[in-house]
Amino acid sequence: MPLTIGVPREVFAGEKRVASVPEVVEKLIKLGFKVAVESGAGDAANFSDDVYRSAGAEIIVGAAKLWAASDMVFKVREPSADEVGLMHAGQTLISFIWPAQNPELMKQLAAKKVTVLAIDSLPRTLSRAQKMDALTSMAGITGYRAVIEAANAFGRFFSGQITAAGKVPPAKVFIAGAGVAGLAAIGTAVSLGAIVRANDTRSEVADQVVSMGGEFVKVDYEEEGSGGGGYAKVMSEGFQTAQREMYAKQAKEVDIIITTALIPGKPAPKLITAEMVKSMKPGSVIVDLAAERGGNCELTEPGQVVVKHGVTIVGYTDLPSRLAKQSSTLYGTNLFRLTEELCKTKDGIIDVNMEDEAIRGLTVIKNGEVTWPPPAPKVVAAPPAAKPAASAPAQKKSGGHGKASAPASATSTAVMFLVAAVVFWFIGSGAPPAFLAHFTVFVLACFVGYMVVWNVTPALHTPLMSVTNAISSIIAIGALVQVGPEGWIRWLAVAAIALTAVNMFGGFAVTQRMLQMFRK
Amino acid sequence: MSASLATVSYIGATILFILSLGGLSNPETSRRGNLYGMIGMAIAVLATVFGPRVTMAGIPWIVGAMVAGGAVGLYAARTVKMTQMPELVALMHSLVGLAAMLVGFANYIDPAASAGLSGAEKSIHEMEIYIGILIGAITFSGSVIAFGKLSGKIGGNPMLLPARHWINLAGLLVVIWFGREFLNAHSISDGMTPLIVMTVIALLFGIHMVMAIGGADMPVVVSMLNSYSGWAAAATGFMLNNDLLIVTGALVGSSGAILSYIMCAAMNRHFISVIAGGFGTTSGATPVAGAQPAGEVVPISSVDTAELLRDAKSVIIVPGYGMAVAQAQHTVYEITKHLREKGVNIRFGIHPVAGRMPGHMNVLLAEAKVPYDIVMEMDELNDDFPSTDVAMVIGANDIVNPGAQDDPNSPIAGMPVLEVWKAKTSIVMKRSMASGYAGVDNPLFYKENNRMLFGDAKKMLDEVLLALKT
Repeated sequence: MPLTIGVPREVFAGEKRVASVPEVVEKLIKLGFKVAVESGAGDAANFSDDVYRSAGAEIIVGAAKLWAASDMVFKVREPSADEVGLMHAGQTLISFIWPAQNPELMKQLAAKKVTVLAIDSLPRTLSRAQKMDALTSMAGITGYRAVIEAANAFGRFFSGQITAAGKVPPAKVFIAGAGVAGLAAIGTAVSLGAIVRANDTRSEVADQVVSMGGEFVKVDYEEEGSGGGGYAKVMSEGFQTAQREMYAKQAKEVDIIITTALIPGKPAPKLITAEMVKSMKPGSVIVDLAAERGGNCELTEPGQVVVKHGVTIVGYTDLPSRLAKQSSTLYGTNLFRLTEELCKTKDGIIDVNMEDEAIRGLTVIKNGEVTWPPPAPKVVAAPPAAKPAASAPAQKKSGGHGKASAPASATSTAVMFLVAAVVFWFIGSGAPPAFLAHFTVFVLACFVGYMVVWNVTPALHTPLMSVTNAISSIIAIGALVQVGPEGWIRWLAVAAIALTAVNMFGGFAVTQRMLQMFRK
Repeated sequence: MSASLATVSYIGATILFILSLGGLSNPETSRRGNLYGMIGMAIAVLATVFGPRVTMAGIPWIVGAMVAGGAVGLYAARTVKMTQMPELVALMHSLVGLAAMLVGFANYIDPAASAGLSGAEKSIHEMEIYIGILIGAITFSGSVIAFGKLSGKIGGNPMLLPARHWINLAGLLVVIWFGREFLNAHSISDGMTPLIVMTVIALLFGIHMVMAIGGADMPVVVSMLNSYSGWAAAATGFMLNNDLLIVTGALVGSSGAILSYIMCAAMNRHFISVIAGGFGTTSGATPVAGAQPAGEVVPISSVDTAELLRDAKSVIIVPGYGMAVAQAQHTVYEITKHLREKGVNIRFGIHPVAGRMPGHMNVLLAEAKVPYDIVMEMDELNDDFPSTDVAMVIGANDIVNPGAQDDPNSPIAGMPVLEVWKAKTSIVMKRSMASGYAGVDNPLFYKENNRMLFGDAKKMLDEVLLALKT
């Protein structure tokens, strides 16, 4: 009996997102599920009931009916008290929950004997889990939207231009915190033409900042800020002082500041003081993405846009919802990927497999039993350990060809010299002088060949082979001196000349043909 | 022309040959290098023909043979396709080997050559003949088989006789024993039997050696035969007391030896184990079963590939033998040209053993007019993959296998590979999911950022190009 997935309308005020979109509904049906959508669920995100219906979903009017008809419910925001009241035992809920912040909600849900998968509790360091990481996809949208909000509030162009009406300098944007949202913001601001600088306490993200086209601003203080699991940690007092100085300096220079600094389980660090806001140019913009957790700026008012000291401070907490169509699509896809993991048999029946590390992390309540927090994940990438591992192969590479290879060990060199000495002594004691003269030439020629050929660029190895081939037709000389009057020897010699002539002319000609092709 | 003048000419020719090889250090100087080689060869041949040891009566014969052989050579050089270069080179090696054999026999039956030699000198001279013919014969038959394998006339799979190492060892002992017989022979006709027996064994040994080596080890074999042809020339030089031959042979011999070494290093294998043959048949099959990579293979269409390429800022293309087989290099160039005009930073990553002979890919790309300054060696751009948007693998497999780095049990563990999986997206063009030459499953195909474009490389690339242009 295939399960029914219910998608209710979000009840949180101002929430425009919806947990599944028609495109994803089709895929869910292919997995064997039935899908029911509450009438009007997608309206705010521009998905009408008709589109859902043509994707194969059943449209149910009224939340109560929908919740009653569903075996699984997909939601965006954590359920309200009313919604929890609509749940029935054995139901499965997939949604943002934030179990740490909402202990009361957890209790209520547990009392309902349901299973709850909190999409925010996904173990993010698991590479397999990336496709279901809704935090990342939402953060990306937040970063993008933050720049758009900033541009909206900012009175100038982002890109520098020289127009007939005069020169326009490019906007300078400073981004505090280069997590997913920060990087998305960097990319967006760069593509609008701004000069972008960014800072993060985790030094390993410097490369990522540069790769997005930003400039990484260092804090003049040595301390590593990775707190494990890819998140930042609280920094020491000395570091914070140095950091404040750097922020104060940036505040004077830039036009737009976007702050994204968050530390898991802690209030957002206050990076931008009222003093710094005062020092900014009038007309500047601050977008505070940490507003929901108190804000990175002292003057932020969560959910509001305020103008203080001539600086517009944007404190919206619902940026993904302001890009409802995009974020619904990404969120819906994240949930679909999760459903795929839950339903490997593709028959519309889910299996909450607690042996699976990703699913174990997501499941915060199983059949009324609270299973949060999960045991510590097995794999946590430790940043200090990564460094020596990375440098080892780099060192190995320097031994590659083209350069002199690493010197051989002393013993093997000694053995080689010994063998060579014995061979030379053997030859020297037995061979006639005429042979030795040739032998000298031979050994020296080998060395010359060795030196010369190491300089040949690998791109020309094929021409090298064909030209050495042509050159080895020098053996013709051996045949030439034997062309005598007599029968057998002459025929052998003539045949040898003909053969080597093929090589001689063919080899040089084909080398020439190849070398002509190499061009810049 | 006096003997001294001939010798001086030979010295000039020697220098020109060294300059010729030295010129190949850079594509700019390489054309001049080739010219030096031709001049050197002309000087050497003319100095010999007009030297003291060739009589007027012989000249018509020489000219006739030269014209006949030269015509064949020029015709072959003009008509050969660049994808067939390995075959041509192998064939030419066989000619050198055969010529060395013939010269050796001619020298042996020429009573004038050994006149006045006695004792140790005579023994050494005969030994030189014997070794010269031995090397020549191995080069000849080995190259003929290599030609057959490269041109597909003989199957590419290694042919493994039971107890093949013992057969080779027995062959070697027989050759040494007949060598003793040969040295002890009193007259030329007495010596003929051991010489012919040895030649037959050497020919069989050459055939057996190359038969046991599989298709992807061909770069090593071709460069090894290149080396042998040089040693054959050097041995002939000893036999004829000719320093020019010795020097030239030594140059060619060491060149081939270095190439073999580079190829072996690029596969992280010992020269001996390549020559011993049989890679990927016995040792490769067992560990694979345990290390089946997990994950799913995500196919991609040519239209989506074009989309990815169009959106990319930097692209690295990794060509392999499959590109040569499908003759796709011209389409690759068209795509390259198109993307370069759009400002995409597009480069080529060449693994040292990509293709069937050293530098094979470079020549194919050069033929298709790809500028050589965007064709990079593995070491030059391996660090750049993390900042690359799309890495496109065309008809290559083992040289992009991450198992070589990650899986110590893999048969190709430790082999340097192009790290395409570090690019944001990698696209592998392949005809099917069949494993590569080494018989190793490729975990790359199962990586999350990898896409598979199934189909004939040429056909798929044509479609990609079409999609790019619309």
